[in-house]
Amino acid sequence: MNAAGGGFFHFGASHHTAPLALREKLALTPEKSAVLGARAGALGGLREWAVLGTCNRAEFYGVAESAAVIDRLEAEFCAVLECPPADLLGALQRTAGLEAIRHLLAVAAGLDSQMLGETEIFGQVKDAYAEAQRRGTTGPVLNRIFQKAFQAAKFVRTHTALTEGQVSVASVAVDLSLKIFGELGAARVLLLGAGEIGEKTARAFKSRGANALTVASRRLERAMELAQSLAAAALPFEHVSGRLADFDIVVCATAAPGVVLTSEMATAALRRRPARPLFFIDLAMPRNVDPAAAGLANVFLYNLDDLAKIAEENRAAREAEVARAEAMIAEKAGALWQKVARLCGGGAAGGENWPETARSAG
Amino acid sequence: MLSVLTDRQWLWIAAGFYLTGFALGTLSLARERQQPRVIMYAVILAGYALQTFGLWLRGRAAHGCPLGNTFEIFQFTAWSATTLFLVVGATFRLSLLGYFTSTLMSVLTLVSLVIPSWDATRRTDIFGGNPWIELHAALALFGYGVFALLALTSLMYLLRNYSLKHKRLNGWFSFLPPILDLDHISLRLLVAGVVLLTASLAVGSVWWLRDPGRVHEVLVTIAVWLAYALALGLRLRGTLIAQRFAWVCAGLFAAALISLGPVDRTRQPPPAPPFHQP
Repeated sequence: MNAAGGGFFHFGASHHTAPLALREKLALTPEKSAVLGARAGALGGLREWAVLGTCNRAEFYGVAESAAVIDRLEAEFCAVLECPPADLLGALQRTAGLEAIRHLLAVAAGLDSQMLGETEIFGQVKDAYAEAQRRGTTGPVLNRIFQKAFQAAKFVRTHTALTEGQVSVASVAVDLSLKIFGELGAARVLLLGAGEIGEKTARAFKSRGANALTVASRRLERAMELAQSLAAAALPFEHVSGRLADFDIVVCATAAPGVVLTSEMATAALRRRPARPLFFIDLAMPRNVDPAAAGLANVFLYNLDDLAKIAEENRAAREAEVARAEAMIAEKAGALWQKVARLCGGGAAGGENWPETARSAG
Repeated sequence: MLSVLTDRQWLWIAAGFYLTGFALGTLSLARERQQPRVIMYAVILAGYALQTFGLWLRGRAAHGCPLGNTFEIFQFTAWSATTLFLVVGATFRLSLLGYFTSTLMSVLTLVSLVIPSWDATRRTDIFGGNPWIELHAALALFGYGVFALLALTSLMYLLRNYSLKHKRLNGWFSFLPPILDLDHISLRLLVAGVVLLTASLAVGSVWWLRDPGRVHEVLVTIAVWLAYALALGLRLRGTLIAQRFAWVCAGLFAAALISLGPVDRTRQPPPAPPFHQP
């Protein structure tokens, strides 16, 4: 940071500072991103910049010659997003110097994500940097900071359990399937019920390599509709009992008032495929699978409570790693700031002006 | 240095490497971190190379396979199992198999080394100069090595099954391989072990027919072969599956290991003094 309050900075809004209704307005579409880029380029005094837009955050990183430049940029930001400044400015978080670096490193490591430790953000930050490089808006400061941010994020992921274990019910179900079947390419998955939670789980299976999906629902047309959107097959509900042996993983998510799959059905299915495990994922409430089926050899049964408990344990395990991850980020950010402060036009102690100029709603 | 150390000393050092693998794996699991596979593989490979050298020194002195007493039988069985691990471990990349292998190899090799009576005497010329008998014995013990690895994968299956059934998935349970992979590898090992033992019996039967004094050895070996062949048949029919199959495989190996004692005692001719080949 230089004496006039410039240097490396970040501003933006995220799930920490903006409610969902506001975040919906902040979605940085490619078109809006391009407009914002053009206006930022036209501003005098902005040396380097990059824009990060995800479903939970819209952020601007740059190197400015003064705080006044950043003020003008924020106004452009509001204008491009068609969001009244009065609404947005209160939700904007603004940091500079060491704090801005620390923020970027935390974002890249998934430490700032709504779903703590998620790894998708790493790719999104990489994409944002690649886009800025493509536009030619990066320079010595951003290049160094972003590249070091990627290294720091990888370091945190490797040396902490921040990203270990799944924290959503659907992902936990897929993880469990992997512990049973190893890989999902050859596993045959049956989805019973075409509701939202079943669909989410089916999509999670699909995204992790399950190719043979079948949807069965009491309303065949709904099953066919969902099957089409999942590139899956549809099965009349009344055929499920007879075809149970054809599947390895059965996701039950119907609105039926009681048991849909009995222990006897599972026994009959196992008789036709004794050496292959059968995994029931019962996401329904009340439960769709007879709990007695869990006692059968080669049958594994997990209900909603089981999955939620695992997800909660994983989330707690991740949170237990936050302090360690933050310490790593702080150390890496400090070392990086020592190196880039001079390039920003200030000393290593840069950022001391920001308390007067920076706002933080977070 | 080669001329300074005896074969037993080389085998002690090999056992030390297996023990190191076990200790490193235990430390990693205690910290809920997975031991890098390459490190475990390298430690076991080092132990295997030293054990091979120690057994080679013994074999050179014996002018044949070193199978003259219980010590050598345990060492050869451990060596066979490690040979299989080095192939299976590299091919199927089952996590924790290296840890379990190093554990079993530590037990087999150290137990054989710390019981002096097992190596106090050794029978010479047990194969009567007949290479077919030697082949029979080597094939049988290599089969036992396969069954040792099968016992390990079965044990891992039981642990994975327990973790999935009781919903205990965190901690070191999280490093166990998928249960279907363990089942597949166990079946393949059982097939390989039965094939080896069948070949061993086929070769040995010619000799046994000429030597009725070995009825105990014949009966024990046939009983082990029959038990494993029956387990394989039932598994292929789908009658013996899942944890029952795993329990049977683990139990059969314990029984097969115990059966080595009677088999060894029936061997002729009478014992000769032990030797330690530098």
